[in-house]
Amino acid sequence: MKTWILIIALALGTVLMKTIGPVLAGGRQPPAPLTRVIALVAPALISALIVTGTFTDGRQLVIDARAAGVAVGAVALWFRVPAVLAMIMGGTVCALLRLAI
Amino acid sequence: MSWTPKTWPEGLRASMPLALPIAAVGMSFGILASPLLGAVAPILMSAVVWSGTAQFAALSILIPGGGIALAASAGLLANTRFLPMGFAIAPSMTGGLLRRFFTGTVLADASFVIGHRGGGRFDIGALAWAFPVQWLSWVGGTVAGVAGAAAIGDPRRWGLDVFFPVFYLSLLLPELFPARAPRNKRSITVAGMAAAITLLLTPVTAPGVPVLVAAAAALIGLRPPRQPNAQARTGDEA
Repeated sequence: MKTWILIIALALGTVLMKTIGPVLAGGRQPPAPLTRVIALVAPALISALIVTGTFTDGRQLVIDARAAGVAVGAVALWFRVPAVLAMIMGGTVCALLRLAI
Repeated sequence: MSWTPKTWPEGLRASMPLALPIAAVGMSFGILASPLLGAVAPILMSAVVWSGTAQFAALSILIPGGGIALAASAGLLANTRFLPMGFAIAPSMTGGLLRRFFTGTVLADASFVIGHRGGGRFDIGALAWAFPVQWLSWVGGTVAGVAGAAAIGDPRRWGLDVFFPVFYLSLLLPELFPARAPRNKRSITVAGMAAAITLLLTPVTAPGVPVLVAAAAALIGLRPPRQPNAQARTGDEA
């Protein structure tokens, strides 16, 4: 039940955010400070999600095989390796480390 | 005008190379989501939400035990970027309210890039017709992931949990260090603040809360940017 609520909330919310601009349209922009904040939400959120996925386990801060995998993925991305390939490289390193430890 | 036969095949063509990578990411979503959400929910979610960033964000709150409200908030926050994107394409749109609404619903990151014609102008036909390939490969990939999940077992064994952060990095790095522009100092500051907030709050709050508080780092955008930008813009980036 809760899963369906989540799906509906995400679907409706996403459509709402995509369509407010086109529906109100007319070339009018939201106020400049709001636009700047909106533009910065993505980097803030994504950065927080990277830290969560790499260094946390429940409420604990940890450095484990994931950190090595993400580091490899980051280096790959830096050298313009396509995202999917970087994901596979990072995942492989992480899996191998887990086998070894 | 924007839907003439001249422009729409271009959107379709430009989106073709995206099919494989999108399907692969969709597949990793299906693999990671199905142990938690079952078989139907992840596929339905991909079909109606159709946003990798939001779906992964929600899932990364749910997996460590965060609640539905936090997961929905994180997913929606992840998609707030569509607000300014929607306002950016709006001036290039023609047609009535309904058409503008439905064109807005098929907006996606890659479509935004495909439809961009520089100087804030967009080819809406190309943008809208970048949708079918992306949607089909996203949903198809999710189906394949859900189907294969049983055979794959614990995603951690294969290092699949690392797919999340690396996927996010692939979105973040071009934002902080754009290929054809000076690096985005303000985004770098905000990303650093968000990372620090997350590290500080994780041991002392419920799962999902640190991510939401970290998003508030974006509020430094309320301050106007410093002016030297205006000079740098005319300069030597080529």
